[in-house]
Amino acid sequence: MGEITINGRPITFEEESNVLEVIRKAGIELPTFCYHSELSVYGGCRMCVVDIDGMGVVGACSTAPRDGMMVRTHTRELRDIRKLAVELLLADHDRECTTCEKSGGCQLQRLATQLGVHEIRFGERDMSMPVDDSNAAILRNPNKCILCGDCVRMCEEVQEVGALGFINRGSNAMVVPAFEKEMGDVECVNCGQCMAVCPTGALVVKSETDRAFEALADENKTVIVQIAPAVRVAIGEAFGLPAGDNLLGKLVAALKILGVDKVFDTSLAADLTVIEETQEFLQRRQAGESAPMFTSCCPAWVKFAEYRHPEMLSSLSSCRSPQQMFGSMIKRYYADMIEANPNDLYVISIMPCTAKKAEAQRPEFVHNEVTDVDLVLTTQEVAAMLKEVGLDLGRLEVQALDSPFGFGTGAGVMFGNSGGVSEAVLRHVADHLAGEEKPVVDYPQVRGDQGIKPIRISVGDNTIRLAVVHGLKQAHQMIERIKTGEITVDLVEVMACPGGCTGGAGQPQPERRDTKSQRAHGLYISEKMTQLRKSRENPILQTLYDNWLGEPASPTAHDALHTTYQSRRRILGEEIALEPGEQLEVQVCVGTFCYLQGSYDVLSQLLSELESEGLGEAVNVRGTFCFEQCQGGPSVMIGDEIQARVTLERVPEMMETIRDHLSGTPKRLD
Amino acid sequence: MTKNMAPEELSTSRTFAQVNEILDKHERNPRSLIPILQEIQDAYRYLPTEILAYVATVLGISPARVYGVTTFYSQFSTQPKGKYVIQVCDGTACHVRGSNPLIEAVEKRLGLSEDNRTTDDLLFTLETVSCLGACGLAPVVVINETVYGEVSVDRMTEILAELQSGEE
Repeated sequence: MGEITINGRPITFEEESNVLEVIRKAGIELPTFCYHSELSVYGGCRMCVVDIDGMGVVGACSTAPRDGMMVRTHTRELRDIRKLAVELLLADHDRECTTCEKSGGCQLQRLATQLGVHEIRFGERDMSMPVDDSNAAILRNPNKCILCGDCVRMCEEVQEVGALGFINRGSNAMVVPAFEKEMGDVECVNCGQCMAVCPTGALVVKSETDRAFEALADENKTVIVQIAPAVRVAIGEAFGLPAGDNLLGKLVAALKILGVDKVFDTSLAADLTVIEETQEFLQRRQAGESAPMFTSCCPAWVKFAEYRHPEMLSSLSSCRSPQQMFGSMIKRYYADMIEANPNDLYVISIMPCTAKKAEAQRPEFVHNEVTDVDLVLTTQEVAAMLKEVGLDLGRLEVQALDSPFGFGTGAGVMFGNSGGVSEAVLRHVADHLAGEEKPVVDYPQVRGDQGIKPIRISVGDNTIRLAVVHGLKQAHQMIERIKTGEITVDLVEVMACPGGCTGGAGQPQPERRDTKSQRAHGLYISEKMTQLRKSRENPILQTLYDNWLGEPASPTAHDALHTTYQSRRRILGEEIALEPGEQLEVQVCVGTFCYLQGSYDVLSQLLSELESEGLGEAVNVRGTFCFEQCQGGPSVMIGDEIQARVTLERVPEMMETIRDHLSGTPKRLD
Repeated sequence: MTKNMAPEELSTSRTFAQVNEILDKHERNPRSLIPILQEIQDAYRYLPTEILAYVATVLGISPARVYGVTTFYSQFSTQPKGKYVIQVCDGTACHVRGSNPLIEAVEKRLGLSEDNRTTDDLLFTLETVSCLGACGLAPVVVINETVYGEVSVDRMTEILAELQSGEE
């Protein structure tokens, strides 16, 4: 609490942790590349430099406000520093702006114009590094990187993934995945939050609009589009309309003009998810399962769990995400219904999310060579398509979604917000446990943008303890707290992106700091305006269960709407060779999970026993990273056979197997 | 043997066990990352990426961060280095007193070049350094921990010959 003087004007400050926040509060938009209030302060871009009496020129972002400070924000010196910094950044930047994906939305381009940088006196970048397109969702172009490190901090501090990092020093510094591998080979969960904060075109959505145009032009294909809830309240931003305006009707009209045959609503599949997930939740409770159930709608979270928490995979709901339930429904049920060959139906999802691109490619979602979802387009890509063909969304007349799958309840629509899944499930569970229809109740506790939202809800004699988390770091911490017993919950909703899907990385880059909350608000308004607000009331679901699925969690439902998970190796291609030569291969996993289960002790014990028995020469022992069999960890592979749960006590047994192998009579172990 | 492979004796269970001893000694504390890396490099003579991945796992930090620290400091190498690391000082004083002919002599004798700084048998690595702070002894050469002052081309050749014959 205190007062500082900014350009001669007194401004009081309260909670603001740095001078930059106070300056912005005073209505001066000091530019920045590397400052994001949700990330740690880096102070690298030098755009927010200010002149403070007694301190000289300092970064406003990394200076705490003190009572009586005299701050100037635009002296000639400061303006020169900013201009020079941008000029130097541009000198080492691939300046092919006209063909850059980010053109028009690029912070570097914007600041160059805004600060009046008209000339680059330091020549041009003469180095060209290859573009990394190995990731399913994210395109990385190191030639466009300005080393602000926003992506690195986002990935590490908010998402707890750490797929990207700085390497080298000085003029050789770069931002790259671990060990300079490609982004497809490291533990990236495809959430895309790195590119959501990237100020330039260094990290962009991997555009697949060409494939969409191709499918639309193919006369043999019936193109079916599903639109995710969060898309409708954000796509307008790309056309200069306010965040939060629901433009579903206009988007339908635009897609029809593009030549889409049927436009449906993913909210319907969200309703289906509510029914299946609630059923699963109640079954788990009945079975006396003590572990909480985690939601599985968010593919980035699912992948994170596969990499980092294989021990929790059995606690993940087996429900597919709404996108995949929808694809399955189209390719199986709808194809039958309209008597079409499923391969002639081309399903495009419009998603706020980049991880959905990777999800749709998972092998579990291809059956008999039919891919459930053929193509995933982000909100950004769809906006780009509309612009390419000259459609201004704001000027179109609204059009209705198609039947039969163009209808979702309010509960389904809420899926787009963090807490939405929980609220939708709660409405359903409340009725179920009470054994009667209850009026719709809102659960304000699960709304809002706190990272962890714990809730207790009582229905009759039953109490349900819920936790809503968004941001993967929060999810990670939640799991740790559950493991230590610090917190006991029954259901955990996880969304990887802060704010949930409305804050997805496939959405247009937010123009203002309140853009994301406007979208969330818009979605809650949309849900309030729906006639039916409980998933179970969706009349289409009734038809689906009557004509196709039977009942919730039936074998047909399981086959079409549920899935399995597998543990994943965090980084491809790193193995520790311990003994050279061509002998019997014994590999001990020292990946995260097996390591925590004590695999190193097993490895040491094995080595010392081999040594003492004089078998050191005959056996080639290696430490390896992850057989992707974490549930059975610690894993040991002898020859080509993986042995599960090899604890210290089982080392003698392993020794016996090794001796059997060496004497040429391998014996199967259970 | 290819250059990317560690010499056989380095890659043993013994060295790997040492990694764990080192990690335990530092209580698996991520704040001790730099000393941990230094000690591991002493054991392996370089930092193999798979060991870095393991260190990240144990310390609970991202492999990208561990790799970032490794590449930030020039003392760390992710490429195998020779058993003898020859550092020829090319700071101002040494340069004036003839460090260039020394570098050329080493390159010639060991078959090294600007791009190829380690011998194929992984015995020698040649490095030029900016200043060793012993300008009074210029030109200075340091091989592992041993400092050689006022080194002439003949003396350099002699030292190399001694080291080579000691290895035969």
